[in-house]
Amino acid sequence: MTATAPDMRLLIIEDDRESADYLVKAFREVGHIADLAGDGEEGLSLAQSGDYDVLVVDRMLPKRDGLSLIGVLREKGNRTPVLILSALGQVDDRIKGLRAGGDDYLPKPYAFAELLARVEVLSRRHGGPAEETTYRVGDLELDRLSHRVARGKDELTLQPREFRLLEYLMKHAGQVVTRTMLLENVWDYHFDPQTNVIDVHISRLRSKIDKGFERPLLHTIRGAGYMIRDGIR
Amino acid sequence: MTAFGKLVRTTAFRLTLVYLFLFALFAASLLGYFAWNTRRMITEQISTTVNAETGELSEIFGRRGLRGLVFNIENRALRPGANLYLLTTPAGQAVAGNVGSLAPGVMGTIGWSETAYRRLDDQDNTDHRALVLVTQLSSGFRLLIGRDLEERRRLFGIVAKAAQWSILVVVVLGIGGGIFVARRVLRRIDAMTGTTQRIMAGDLSGRLPVGRSGDELDRLAGNLNAMLERIEALMTGLKEVSDNIAHDLKTPLTRLRNRAEEALAKSATEGEYRAALERTIEESDGLIRTFNALLMIARAESGQARGNMDDFDAAEVANGIHELYEPLAEDGGMSLRVKTAPVAVHGNRELISQALANLVENAIKYGKPVPPAQPQGAVISLDAKQILIEVRRDGNQVLLSVTDHGPGIPETDRKHAVERFVRLEASRTQPGSGLGLSLASAVATLHGGELRLGDANPGLTATLAIPALKGVSDRLAAQTQDVPQKVA
Repeated sequence: MTATAPDMRLLIIEDDRESADYLVKAFREVGHIADLAGDGEEGLSLAQSGDYDVLVVDRMLPKRDGLSLIGVLREKGNRTPVLILSALGQVDDRIKGLRAGGDDYLPKPYAFAELLARVEVLSRRHGGPAEETTYRVGDLELDRLSHRVARGKDELTLQPREFRLLEYLMKHAGQVVTRTMLLENVWDYHFDPQTNVIDVHISRLRSKIDKGFERPLLHTIRGAGYMIRDGIR
Repeated sequence: MTAFGKLVRTTAFRLTLVYLFLFALFAASLLGYFAWNTRRMITEQISTTVNAETGELSEIFGRRGLRGLVFNIENRALRPGANLYLLTTPAGQAVAGNVGSLAPGVMGTIGWSETAYRRLDDQDNTDHRALVLVTQLSSGFRLLIGRDLEERRRLFGIVAKAAQWSILVVVVLGIGGGIFVARRVLRRIDAMTGTTQRIMAGDLSGRLPVGRSGDELDRLAGNLNAMLERIEALMTGLKEVSDNIAHDLKTPLTRLRNRAEEALAKSATEGEYRAALERTIEESDGLIRTFNALLMIARAESGQARGNMDDFDAAEVANGIHELYEPLAEDGGMSLRVKTAPVAVHGNRELISQALANLVENAIKYGKPVPPAQPQGAVISLDAKQILIEVRRDGNQVLLSVTDHGPGIPETDRKHAVERFVRLEASRTQPGSGLGLSLASAVATLHGGELRLGDANPGLTATLAIPALKGVSDRLAAQTQDVPQKVA
């Protein structure tokens, strides 16, 4: 897998040595800079002193638990995006985590591709441009205000949900977006469907925006999800 | 504690003692009142007769003088059962009458008094008591007229005896009754305690004895039995889950391990390694999904999700799920339709969405129409390929149902189908964890409802029946009056 976003500085706060080492290594392999803190106190001081793009925080940590760490950071005005990792995967735990100031929540066990995609999206949100009214990828154009979508000179007709799907993909153009992220952000469901329900929506969307055009824009990233971008990597 | 000590300590026995005391008090006061009134009545009667006679004799004395009076008194004194008469001179000497002796000083006090006396003709030497009236006649003579109080004393004796007996009877019956009731209650409580101890010792199948009288103890026993039923079901469920987890997670884990081993031993090229690793990841993803589903079921069954409930429109959930699955159904050659009316429910929106999603996924996977026996001209009608999500209110229930026109589930298998990890014969070839219906059922139970599997002739109707939210529904319905039903 290659990095799809510019290099990020990450802080991983995780007490399980093996998974922490794995994460650091995996992030470094895709070109990001990853620091490691083994407990809540160390994590808090590093997070306050260093300039990180995203914090990856385990919920249960020695010395200071993840939620309290986030609470302190937010109280001091530190707005660095935080992704919470937790073995507690239930809906109410997720809500608790987001309420405490987390920006995203990923239950363990997770696929690294999922974590990477989410971290990259968080980082873009942190440093990226303000919400634009028009998204452009290649010759595909989406107007968020008038709900118009056009590819080149052709006006495309999308169902409302297809529009929202495309909007989310284009907002994170150039970034991998996983099926779970789509289900959470476009449909607002937080369960695992046992079927390839998202793939079907994607293929419908693809048939509308890519069919009949020479250069496909909506790509399937194997083992991870989807990405909209201009050109072939 | 001795058996008697236990008996005496029962509530029933103590209550009996209290009642016993109250009854004895009541009986005593009743008899006392009766005795006192009788005594007063007798005294009154005596004084009336004595007063009358005194008047008569005074008149005789006034009319016929001393001689007439004496003659009259002697006459009266000789009658059987006569009153007491005594006429004395101013010097105190007896002139006529039937009184032998009196307590000293009685003749000296004018008016009523009670005194001991003896009759002239008395053989025995016992004193009797009498109520007497002494009047002063002219010229210093004094006349005493009185009546024996024996009658009054006897009556009083009878009443006192009656009081003794009745109190004795009350006490004996009371204590006896108390012991009887206490023993009866104690026996039943002992039986219950015995059963509870057996249950605590680990025999969860034990049940408390329930009598036929339907009294408070029976009701208590009935409720405790219902509680035990639930606990046993939960325990059995827990045991089943752990057994099933052991089985259903061990099998794929073993497969996973075998594949890794095989890949290590046999793979030669990078491509082979890659393929083996990809299969490994796929397999572990399946494991994670199964595990998540199990956790979700456990959470729903334990009632933890109750804290996360709010009011929402069930129709919105159905429309959302329809919107999500409609393309998938179409891809599978089916059509997914939704028919809803706004109905408010109170619950966990996420869980209800997931339960409904599971039912829809099942319908898409297993609800394909069975081809007719004769292949010629066998065109399966469009209706048969239709899956319908329906939300409606039925009385005080909200029904969220998914109907397909596939092979359905035979009635005998329906109960079984809801159990965890159960995959009916027909579905074994399809991928799936066998937890979809279990989760739907657990979610329905969490909301105080149930999952019903019915026949759609042909096909299956799976219905989540949960209690409707009163009041809010009507408000929602009123808001959307212009669009009473939405058919997509």
